[in-house]
Amino acid sequence: MSLAPSEHAPATTTPAGRGTTKQTRRTRPCRRRLLTRTSVPYLLIMPAVLGFAIFKAYPIVASLWISLTTGNGAGRHFTGLGNYQRLLSDPLFWTALKNTALILVVQVPLMLGLALLVALGLNSTKVWLRPLWRLGVFVPSLTGLVAAGVMFSVILNRDAGLLNWVLSLFGIDRVNWLGSPFWARVGVVLVITWHYTGYNAVIYLAGLQGIPQELYEAAKVDGAGPVRRFVSITLPQLRPILLLTVVLSTIGTLQLFDEPYVLTGGGPDNATLTVTMYLYNNGFKYFDFGYASALAYALALIVAVLGFLQVRLMGERK
Amino acid sequence: MKRRSLLLTLLLAGAFGLCVGPFYWLAMAATQENSDVFSWPPKLLPGGHLMENLQGLQDSIGLTRVLFNTVLVAGVQTAGAVAVSVLAGYAFAKFEFRGRNLFFVLLLSTLVLPDTVMLIPIFEMMMKLGLIDSYQSVILPGLVTPFGIFLMRQALRSMPDELLDAARVDGAGELRVLWRIVIPVNRPVIAALALFVFLGGWNQFVWPLIALRSPDMYTLPVATATLQGLATTNYAQVLLAAAIAAVPVMALFLVLQRQFISGLLAGATKE
Repeated sequence: MSLAPSEHAPATTTPAGRGTTKQTRRTRPCRRRLLTRTSVPYLLIMPAVLGFAIFKAYPIVASLWISLTTGNGAGRHFTGLGNYQRLLSDPLFWTALKNTALILVVQVPLMLGLALLVALGLNSTKVWLRPLWRLGVFVPSLTGLVAAGVMFSVILNRDAGLLNWVLSLFGIDRVNWLGSPFWARVGVVLVITWHYTGYNAVIYLAGLQGIPQELYEAAKVDGAGPVRRFVSITLPQLRPILLLTVVLSTIGTLQLFDEPYVLTGGGPDNATLTVTMYLYNNGFKYFDFGYASALAYALALIVAVLGFLQVRLMGERK
Repeated sequence: MKRRSLLLTLLLAGAFGLCVGPFYWLAMAATQENSDVFSWPPKLLPGGHLMENLQGLQDSIGLTRVLFNTVLVAGVQTAGAVAVSVLAGYAFAKFEFRGRNLFFVLLLSTLVLPDTVMLIPIFEMMMKLGLIDSYQSVILPGLVTPFGIFLMRQALRSMPDELLDAARVDGAGELRVLWRIVIPVNRPVIAALALFVFLGGWNQFVWPLIALRSPDMYTLPVATATLQGLATTNYAQVLLAAAIAAVPVMALFLVLQRQFISGLLAGATKE
């Protein structure tokens, strides 16, 4: 971290040689002593520190403590790693984890691949009406998850949904989107992909526009074709942004809750039950806070390990 | 050359259609009678039942009250989070102080931690304070946004120090420098941040679902979700509620899209 140049500025703000009268000079320093260059930053971060302590730091620590207890309120007592042991032998936890992992492995590469394609298209100067398309693909990410979930629960309806109707135009039979375990998962993946692809595409677009054109021109002179230019210039130059989106999407998917909650309620047959949904059920349906907290920490651990691995694998400098 | 550009344009138009098409259908479905929502083929032209559905929503979830709650929660959260972020971002960007880097790293590390980790302790805290089912319980946890502080720090760092020092030499106090120079100069980023926070507040679901109990206090996403859970769901009404949730943010986005996207990119590409 570099020193801010302002560090070298005079420490107090006494105006030198300006025509203020003696009287104002005498009264104003009193106020200024409270707001000196040393105290000001602390005053500025105070609301953030307070909020951080109450709504981030404390809950993080408290959650760890709660995860080591059972019971509620006054009846709460310490059980050590009991909740974690229960977790390891809880088939529903493994189901939820498997569902979440499955969605993660299928959805994130699919979405980011599509987003990159869209971004490449949007970046091409040969395309007409670019701003309109960019606007359009970004719009889904503005929609709340509930609104999107409700909308798609009808679009994916087996008997009269929009999607099955569109498919029928191509002669494809009706698909039982939300009613069968396999298709329910596909449905959830579809909705999340619809929701976030454009958002990632806009982020990629920014990255693409930051790549110096000279690199491409030099490569063209050297006879590199489009595929070669993409692999040797675009991908390496985009790496930091690719990493950012991979990590953010992983975190987001591991926390998946709203869409399956609204679309399928976790069903059918727990096929779309996610870890966060299971956490919610344990915490706020059965009020088993200890177990829910253990789930939260297990999830945090998984997020941390995956994030670390991703940064290690993708993050190394060229 | 010409053919390739036509093909690309058509492909992007297709992506546009996939993204925007569902909203068109949503808008049309929200104006149908409940029985027509599930007609085959789907009705793709406006039906005449918009007012009737609005009235239905008013009767079932108290639409005006719910909208008021949502605007209030998202609005206060926005004002508060923007204020906290600007103040802290300014401190992190332009001042040297003990513990600066440590606190900044701590703050950012919570970005990586799932929010769900914090749900239960915050719920217990709100219970103890007797704040469950109140506006405060929904608003307060959203006031500190690590992302907002990060965004403001990034933006304010690129402000020339000479500008600030010139004002100080002219005798402006620190608050005056902030109010008269830092904020006006950075209005576009601040507006973008405000939009992000508002969007987040408008759409937030899990926490309000937990913290709110009485239908009178529900925000639009919570009310919409409960409406859908009913046995005799009126889908035209549920879809209208979803449309009402989606339309204001889209309108806001269309008006402010330039700032919005540049703000998004400021957060994504700098560092």
